[in-house]
Amino acid sequence: MATYAAPIPQVHAHHVEHESTGWTSWLTTTDHKKIGIMYMVLTFMFFCLGGVEALMIRLQLGAPNNTLVSPETYNQLFTMHGTTMVFLFVVPMMAGLANYFLPLMIGARDMAFPRLNALSFWLLLAGGIVFYASIFWSPPEAGWTSYPPLSSALFSPSGGQDAWIYLIHLTGISSLVGAINFYATIANMRTRGMSWGRLPLFVWAILTYSVLLILALPVVAAAVTMLLTDRHFGTHFYDQAEGGSPLLWQNLFWFFGHPEVYIMVLPGFGIVSEILPVFARKPIFGYKAIAASTVAIAFLGFLTWAHHMFTTPIPEAILVFVMLSSFLIAIPTGVKMLNWIGTLWGGTIEFKTPLLFCVGFLALFLIGGISGVFLAIFPVDWQLNETYFVVAHIHFVLVGGAVFPIFAAIYYWFPKITGRMLGEGLGKLSFWLMFVGVLVTFLIQHVIGMDGMPRRVYEYDNVGNLALYNQISTVGSFILGAGVVATIVNVWRSLKFGAIAGPDPWKANTLEWFTASPPPVNNFDAVPIVRSAEPMKDIRREIERRTTGATSPAGSTQVGA
Amino acid sequence: MSHAIPSVLAFFAPESGGSPNANDIDDLYKITLVIALIIFFAVEGGLVYALVKFRKRKGAVANQIHGNTRLEVGWTAGAAVVLIALGGLTFAKLSSIQDPPNSGPSGTTLGEQNNVLYASNERKLPPNGKALEIEVIGKQYIWQFVYPGANEPDGLGAPYSYEEMVVPTNTTVSLDIVSQDVVHSWWIPELGGKFQDVPGYHNYTWFKISKPGLYRGQCAFLCGRGHARMIASVRAVPPAQFETWLARQKQEISEANKEAAKARAKLNEHGGAEKVENP
Repeated sequence: MATYAAPIPQVHAHHVEHESTGWTSWLTTTDHKKIGIMYMVLTFMFFCLGGVEALMIRLQLGAPNNTLVSPETYNQLFTMHGTTMVFLFVVPMMAGLANYFLPLMIGARDMAFPRLNALSFWLLLAGGIVFYASIFWSPPEAGWTSYPPLSSALFSPSGGQDAWIYLIHLTGISSLVGAINFYATIANMRTRGMSWGRLPLFVWAILTYSVLLILALPVVAAAVTMLLTDRHFGTHFYDQAEGGSPLLWQNLFWFFGHPEVYIMVLPGFGIVSEILPVFARKPIFGYKAIAASTVAIAFLGFLTWAHHMFTTPIPEAILVFVMLSSFLIAIPTGVKMLNWIGTLWGGTIEFKTPLLFCVGFLALFLIGGISGVFLAIFPVDWQLNETYFVVAHIHFVLVGGAVFPIFAAIYYWFPKITGRMLGEGLGKLSFWLMFVGVLVTFLIQHVIGMDGMPRRVYEYDNVGNLALYNQISTVGSFILGAGVVATIVNVWRSLKFGAIAGPDPWKANTLEWFTASPPPVNNFDAVPIVRSAEPMKDIRREIERRTTGATSPAGSTQVGA
Repeated sequence: MSHAIPSVLAFFAPESGGSPNANDIDDLYKITLVIALIIFFAVEGGLVYALVKFRKRKGAVANQIHGNTRLEVGWTAGAAVVLIALGGLTFAKLSSIQDPPNSGPSGTTLGEQNNVLYASNERKLPPNGKALEIEVIGKQYIWQFVYPGANEPDGLGAPYSYEEMVVPTNTTVSLDIVSQDVVHSWWIPELGGKFQDVPGYHNYTWFKISKPGLYRGQCAFLCGRGHARMIASVRAVPPAQFETWLARQKQEISEANKEAAKARAKLNEHGGAEKVENP
């Protein structure tokens, strides 16, 4: 440039964009809150579909030698149930909650990459549609773990298996893009004063969730791509007759699959760590220990995948190593248990529905954690593996560790999203039905498994008390279902008739409660400077000081631009 | 030890009683169960106590503490000690679960003719190296068992049976578990744990039955639409009876093979062989 003109300072008219409404605004939105709502609504619909599949499974098993559904349909049902709950409900529901609340909690106006964020959602929807479209032709039936050779073209020729592969690909890209976005947002968009030591624990959990997704997803993407080329393009990665190995799949799948468990429960841990202090009216017990144990669990989660393979032909040294590494995970998990009970200890506990679901989480997840120790002892696992004991274990871990925190989150954050409170009566009914339902459904399944009933069988003979035990479990599953319905009714009614919430109905600790309910498009007109891990507590104290004119020490938080 | 346990505890424990390895797993399970129940009631008890004691009451003030390093370190160390104890216990039990004992004096001697010096670092053999070897073949949706006694070195002519395995009592039986198609899993609860049949791999386990009787089980890994009906059983009989059964099985199979050969020859004469698949 030869000539250089100094820029002339100009004053731009302040242009206010009106919030667009109507259905096209949802299709074209890049607002993290709208995307978050779409995530939550869509994944909750998949939760209901997966729940209906679970109830059909339990109906079939409600009587010995039942002929309600065919073996083919039964295999399709449990494949759809497992895949839906993992890939279309828990993981993306956590992404939906994080989408909505993560920017608010760190005082940001949106995610780091809003358009990538929209892409994440639409890829998830595409994956769900591809997968569920298969019910009109032939759904997959090789289980959510889809071990070859059963999932190979020879034994599963139907396109349902391919629909499953595309689901893993599409939701995988969706989660990967989302995880990068969360990471970038947390790393770069925290408001002034929000250092790593003041990050809300839910944000710590989402940070860890994102790192786990980034490390684990490429592995399963490679595994299913090889399955796809084995099925259609003449490769032999999993074909022992041509020098491949079916065990390769088990290693790759579980290298992803075990961290996937922590991808599902760590955000739940985060939700509980946010809610317990609010209703105990007490700071979280051991903030650093919770953040550090989250990271420790994530790291150890990558060393234990072979405990899903204790009955395969693998060397004894690996059996021993994996038993010990699985034991190690119990230590940071136990630390968290202490911290949560320590948070309640000495508090003034208000038994609102979000707290009840968190307490339910503590009680149920403990059972899943303890049964996990049995499964880590590999000789004991030789008896329990692939039986209903394992079914009971995964449901205590996932219903306890993910579904209950998700319901706690629904009751806790619904006022922020909609501006209205959910009904406490229906909420408590929902909690008690779900809590009792889980215990009745899954406790007895430990015994069913130890009596010799393998999982994934469409029928069983009435040996011993198997018929009675299975009936108990089936009754429990319908109690659990009724609990979910109570929350759906509650949400439906409260959208119109719920009490007006105001910006901070719970007197909570984190920044999302600083703005209006529902928050405006730009989230905050002014973001406070953060001085501690509980900025809202500081703000309330400051307001109290100013209004009462007391001469307490200067408040630790100022409201700035 | 485990055989005289109260039936209440048996309700909470896996099946056992057929073979020493199943009993040892059961012992290990029950010790773990006792430790687990103590931890379970302590933690759930602490939780319930906190919920009742610290519920919101008039005038109550929440204790604004942020943590207790000594308690947290102590808890971590305590958890580590429990897990080290469980690990040590497992190692103490491991050899009796994995390593087969010698056959009893009244066991069959058939094992001594077979694989006396079987060299494998994966398969565990009794100290004297003598065990009755049976090959377990999983296929959609039936179990096949191949017994020793082949006529030819390549294994042809060995007696076999489907669905029901017949074995002699007081004899250490070593199983070589393979699959012909997809992944299956061999499991007879009273005779010990599960072992997957992975195509292209050999998996091994053993059992030693003292009481004659029928021990039931079924395929424990999803293998397709007939998975639930892929049942298996092991019938233990006195060694003499076993040897008679095996000889008769062998004779019947060889007679049937001869008949089949005759029928094939007849078909060939009539020029129909090309129409018969899988002769």
